[in-house]
Amino acid sequence: MDPECSRLLPALCAVLADPRQPVADDTCLEKLLDWFTAVTEAGSSLLLLQENPCLVELLFHVLKSQDLSSRILSFSLRLAGIFAAQEDCFQYLQQGELLPMLFGEVGPLGGAAWTAPAVRSGWIQGLRTLAQHPSALHFLAACGAVDTIFSLQGDPSLFVASAAGQLLVHILDLAMRGPAEGRRSPQACDWPACAQKIVGHIEDSLCSTAIPQVTQALSVLTTAFGHCHGLWTQGLWVRLSPLVARLLEKDPVPASHSLVDLLLSVARSAPSSDRGLWETLAQTLSHLSPTQAGPLALGILKLQDCFIHRLPKDKRDSWSSPAQSRAGFILRTCSAAFCHLPSGLTLWILGHPVPQALRTQAFGILLQPLACVLEAAAQAPGPPGLLEGAAADSMMVDTLLSSKSACVGLLCCALAHLGLLQPLPQRPSPWPQAPLLGAAVTTLRLCSGSAAPTSDVGGRLCAILVGCGRVQRAALDFLGALSQGTGPQELVTQVFSVLLEYLVSPESSSMVLKKAFQATLRWLLSSPKTPGCCDLDPHTQLFLRELLPVLQKRLCSPCWEVRDSGLEFLTQMTRHWGGQAGFRQALLASEVPELTKQLLRDPESYVRASAVTATGQLSSWGLCATPASPECPGAQQESLLVELLHILSTDSEGFPRRAVMQVFTEWLRDGHADVAEDAERFVAGVLQAASRDLDWEVRAQGLELALVFLEQLLGQRSSHCPYAVALPETAPPGVLDQALQVLCRVQLFEFAFRALFDCDRPVAQKSCDLLLFLRAKAAPCGSSQEAGDSPNVASVEATLQRWQAGEQGQPLGYLEPGAVVALLRSIDLEGLRDTLAESSDHVEKSPQSLLQDMLAAVGVLGENEADCY
Amino acid sequence: MSRYPDLCLNPKECVCQEMGTVDPSIFWTLLFKGAFYGMKKREVGEKYCLSGHPTLPCNVLKFKSTTIMLDCGLDMNSTLNFLPLPLVQSPRLSNLPGWSLKDGNAFLDKELKECSGHVFVDSVPEFCLPETELIDLSTVDVILISNYHCMMALPYITEHTGFTGTVYATEPSVQIGRLLMEELVNFIERVPKAQSASLWKNKDIQRLLPSPLKDAVEVSTWRRCYTMQEVNSALSKIQLVGYSQKIELFGAVQVTPLSSGYALGSSNWIIQSHYEKVSYVSGSSLLTTHPQPMDQASLKNSDVLILTGLTQIPTANPDSMVGEFCSNLALTVRNGGNVLVPCYPSGVIYDLLECLYQYIDSAGLSSIPFYFISPVANSSLEFSQIFAEWLCHNKQTKVYLPEPPFPHAELIQTNKLKHYPSIHGDFSNDFRQPCVVFTGHPSLRFGDVVHFMELWGKSSLNTVIFTDVGSDVTVGTVLQRHRRDTWLYSKRPSSQLRRKQGLRDCPWHSLPDIHLEPDFSYLEALAPYQPLAMKCIYCPIDTRLNFIQVSKLLKEVQPLHVVCPEQYTQPPPAQSHRIDLMIDCQPPAMSYRRAEVLALPFKRRYEKIEIMPELADSLVPMEIKPGVSLATVSAVLHTKDNKHILQPPPRPAQPTGGKKRKRASDDIPDCKVLKPLLSGSIPVEQFVQTLEKHGFSDIKVEDTAKGHIVLLQEAETLIQIEEDSTHIICDNDEMLRVRLRDLVLKFLQKF
Repeated sequence: MDPECSRLLPALCAVLADPRQPVADDTCLEKLLDWFTAVTEAGSSLLLLQENPCLVELLFHVLKSQDLSSRILSFSLRLAGIFAAQEDCFQYLQQGELLPMLFGEVGPLGGAAWTAPAVRSGWIQGLRTLAQHPSALHFLAACGAVDTIFSLQGDPSLFVASAAGQLLVHILDLAMRGPAEGRRSPQACDWPACAQKIVGHIEDSLCSTAIPQVTQALSVLTTAFGHCHGLWTQGLWVRLSPLVARLLEKDPVPASHSLVDLLLSVARSAPSSDRGLWETLAQTLSHLSPTQAGPLALGILKLQDCFIHRLPKDKRDSWSSPAQSRAGFILRTCSAAFCHLPSGLTLWILGHPVPQALRTQAFGILLQPLACVLEAAAQAPGPPGLLEGAAADSMMVDTLLSSKSACVGLLCCALAHLGLLQPLPQRPSPWPQAPLLGAAVTTLRLCSGSAAPTSDVGGRLCAILVGCGRVQRAALDFLGALSQGTGPQELVTQVFSVLLEYLVSPESSSMVLKKAFQATLRWLLSSPKTPGCCDLDPHTQLFLRELLPVLQKRLCSPCWEVRDSGLEFLTQMTRHWGGQAGFRQALLASEVPELTKQLLRDPESYVRASAVTATGQLSSWGLCATPASPECPGAQQESLLVELLHILSTDSEGFPRRAVMQVFTEWLRDGHADVAEDAERFVAGVLQAASRDLDWEVRAQGLELALVFLEQLLGQRSSHCPYAVALPETAPPGVLDQALQVLCRVQLFEFAFRALFDCDRPVAQKSCDLLLFLRAKAAPCGSSQEAGDSPNVASVEATLQRWQAGEQGQPLGYLEPGAVVALLRSIDLEGLRDTLAESSDHVEKSPQSLLQDMLAAVGVLGENEADCY
Repeated sequence: MSRYPDLCLNPKECVCQEMGTVDPSIFWTLLFKGAFYGMKKREVGEKYCLSGHPTLPCNVLKFKSTTIMLDCGLDMNSTLNFLPLPLVQSPRLSNLPGWSLKDGNAFLDKELKECSGHVFVDSVPEFCLPETELIDLSTVDVILISNYHCMMALPYITEHTGFTGTVYATEPSVQIGRLLMEELVNFIERVPKAQSASLWKNKDIQRLLPSPLKDAVEVSTWRRCYTMQEVNSALSKIQLVGYSQKIELFGAVQVTPLSSGYALGSSNWIIQSHYEKVSYVSGSSLLTTHPQPMDQASLKNSDVLILTGLTQIPTANPDSMVGEFCSNLALTVRNGGNVLVPCYPSGVIYDLLECLYQYIDSAGLSSIPFYFISPVANSSLEFSQIFAEWLCHNKQTKVYLPEPPFPHAELIQTNKLKHYPSIHGDFSNDFRQPCVVFTGHPSLRFGDVVHFMELWGKSSLNTVIFTDVGSDVTVGTVLQRHRRDTWLYSKRPSSQLRRKQGLRDCPWHSLPDIHLEPDFSYLEALAPYQPLAMKCIYCPIDTRLNFIQVSKLLKEVQPLHVVCPEQYTQPPPAQSHRIDLMIDCQPPAMSYRRAEVLALPFKRRYEKIEIMPELADSLVPMEIKPGVSLATVSAVLHTKDNKHILQPPPRPAQPTGGKKRKRASDDIPDCKVLKPLLSGSIPVEQFVQTLEKHGFSDIKVEDTAKGHIVLLQEAETLIQIEEDSTHIICDNDEMLRVRLRDLVLKFLQKF
């Protein structure tokens, strides 16, 4: 420990032990604990206590004092735990009988302080840290802590209850880790007493009729299987699975959510050869209600990846197929995780995939609500096996029709689950793309009221779903996800038709509309190209002709969210299709470009920002507003440039200004015609506006633009990969001189140097990177003009120092290229970069300053020097 | 009265018995504290439906000897069969070809004109009146008006049926109703049309006409518009009422208007006697627009709730429609086109102007002029600002700031909104385009709107936006008399049908296919303007209750029975799966249709009777069983003005020595000295034992449906014991009868 800290520690301990000196800030105590953790991890705790007896005194004092605050008590318990984590220190504290007094029945446990949740929490955390060695286990058994932990599982404070459960798992793991080592499936009779006790408690809880107790037991087990990788978990499951299975016999199944969590946790950790587990999962799927079974079904279907981790090494290396290679890659990337595992892992056999029957059953559960929808809305009986294995059963129909909330909940879950499954490699195969498309379309039609089911169930479903925004949003998301697959043309036509229906409908809420725009975009972008033709296919063109008038109307909506979504959609569409003749033709024939331009003056700043991005994109493709007159080519475009510059200089909100900067950067990068015409003037104007901006993101974006400009003048930066080998690429002297001249003319250096001392760190960092890049380009050819000690440079350096000190009022004045190069060399840019890379409070973030601050806060250090007021 | 605070008896608990016959009418039930009694009365209410239109109701309720007319809406669908009345000479309309029969007979060509495949009557438009044959309207005692849209037929009723009663309405309803009538009369009268068509109404000729004229029913009862004189006379019969004001009708019924939240001064009505309550809910809204919010609490505990005037467009959310309105308006104006909004001079227009007030600046439309043209435009805009007490809370508070409640005042001040009585005069000087014009009439058959349709109809840059679903033609009154079975909704006609109707195939966004709306009416309104190039947008803004809101309302107020137009009890035929678009309540709603009489179910059948305090004082209740006391009452029932009072009986005539002649004033019913009343029941077994103790033998007991018969075989006597009577039947043995009677009386209590 730092000697200065050692010097301050007694005073601090005295303050902490003094109830008249309340510690104002909890975070100080947390920081102190972090520091002690770091100190004990770095060295011996025992030594620390011996060198600083005030710490033990503090702990003793805490026990004696009656009127200490609960936070100090809690702190002390946790501190004791940190010290006792090392076995020798544990013994040292045991000798003084300190630990039983802190954690035993004579300590806070029996006192009035126990009513404070902070104390109970501190007690648990202290024990959690302490329980690291066999001695700790004996101690826990001796002081009866385990029983207390059992009772704390039902604590009214959720934090305490949760921590108690985790502590139980930790103790169990600690107790079992030793004896389980090297054995495949340890017998229950061999288990240590402590583990027996905990498992016995879990067994009792599982048999309890009180649902909270069952839930506690299940959540402890879930944590155990999720976090403990010892072999003992297998034995635990063998012992407890009959009790878990017995829960399924009850109607309704108690604590079903926790049960699902547990089963999935077991399935992820247990060897896949465990047929009993699969049987339990199958049984659970059939016992749970459709709503409860959904998450379990999804979990089962996602299991595949987990088993790859269980492969023995020899199997890992022998794979050759692409799928196996992929698995091998995963294994390699995960190899770090295997390092610490015991060698017993190699005994584990290749994990069988989840039995196909179980996967089919699980998939059927996810599909069933949609199968119901399809069946209910079908005009005529559909072909058999519409969704294989998922024929709508009466229970599902009853659930769907039981209430609006049940129906909406079930459908939303099914849609969300299937949407999550869709992109996964282990999704069920064959994937019923067409029926799912049909189901999504039907659901959307039921919600809009445009479906006309003839069946009674269909009618009732329609009455429940009509106008339901939640289902609409979920179905549109799902429909969007399905765009990754293909479908029969007839269905794809239906998809576009229903999307258009939603985009047109005045009843679509702004959120639904946004989702509809997103789904439409995904479908449009995934639509196939006509073979042999680079333009859009006829269906898409037809759709576009119908879509653009809708977009037009949406851009005039009184609801700003709608205008915003419309603009975002337009931007994306233009970004992808700006070069397609069909799209250009349709867009130019509509009033959309003109309306977009008008929205640059929208009263809502988000809309203005989106309009800026959209017009920028349109302009990039030469699609902005009306075409310029033949007499004055580019007039229209120039006016847009002026308009955007005006927004950058005058808009009161940050979003539109940031959007302008992004558009300008993009224009410069892509060589937009109007920018390329006089790039120097353009950059000078933009940097001038950006340098005055109060928004740091605008200034940072200004640096991005400056960097693009630099790259265009001096060539690309080297690879961003820090490990790539790259030779310094300096610019030829002639080019460099010219470039420096240009950069000086556009006052890029003034902008960059000002940003270097910006009060916002990201701006300064970016500027530093930019200047480093420039120096790398310019460094070897600095010989031509060595002006390091010229008066000009000296005055500039003086100005920069004032800027660094926060006085940024003075301008830099015109800089000569030579002076710039000299400056670049003279400034310690690397040092600055390292400083900036530190967190902003790195100067103050030392243990010493923490201790001083804490002492200063209570006035022990006399006058509060830290107080800047 | 305070002596008997807790007297309460149910007739079933009355166990009074008297030897011999018992008159059940004496078992009046004490229902309230001391002074109030109820009397059994068997009466049902009756409801006569004079209009089949759910949003233009006209019903007559016969209830407790009063005849009450609930609203008198005017169905203006009939006017759609007529040619528009142009303010300015229209060569197109005047040059329309006459219609001739298939065989070339052209005798009707002066009366009927053909336009784009449609046939129209070339005459002054006529209106379809409520049924006048179903009930003698001179017997109507009062008319209750729920809102200004539902009083447009008032002059026809009050001036031509012998009506002598009173009309009750709130002040805004009367004032704005007057404006609507004034506007209507003005629209019709300022374009005098000499020609009157009547030949086509001949039944034999009508059969030969094309639809819809062929199918129009009761055309002989169609009437021309009333005059201003008739309007004034009708309005003079109105008595103004305020919300929650209780109005006694002949002492029998009390009526109370409640805020319905739909329009300025719009009301629902409570019609109640002491034991029955009928709620009349007509045109109500739960949305927060400008009027006072709907009073739901007062509707609770109704025996019958008559429900009319729900939204005509349940699938269209008013908020969404306002959004559509604004979007389409902006889109048109930005493209240099004009927007025409056919509307009524009051109601939705206030809300639209308020939305536009907030929208125009953000949409960059500040420079676009808004014109409001109506003979009553000025009055309407000003009236709305002065009815502060009828406005919602937010608008009321503005009055105290002081600020005008509606922002249209500011629009007028800043010259963004200008109003004119007509297109003639100042308007023609100020008129500049592109602009937005709000004007009537929504039927497009008369009013200044006709001029703008003619003026702007040829350009696809312009747009007509239908928003007003007030209560009649424009929107949704598909339920024409000649199509009585048609529901409010109908699918948009197919493009083939539209072509057949001569309608231009508008762009898809003008005529949305998706929403099932009453397209027919607005398409019919547009029919005489075909071929039409201007865009037509339909954004019906109807803030009245939808079926979800009705369902919540009914759950909240829980009426015993719901009565509603038959259209509300089934899903629209075009969307038979939409079971959410019908009233769902238990017991199922009773439905009615035009020209139908409905008996209203009332379960309670009691009449309130008041007891004079001195009579109440004289009552001596006797506790029959814990908590149940009984007192006999001897009194004279006095009934006057439907009020019943129990007065103390006159004192028995004092026996006087002399034989004076009876005076006329003494001619009152003789008041006999009453025998004591008996109560209790006779336990048969004990009774038989008692008889045996008293020497009767050979006793036989038979059970009957109502009780027992005790047969004394030796004495040839029969004692018939029933729940409320005991008869001793013996032949001429008075001694035996008295003996037996005394034995029976031992088991009963006397009081």
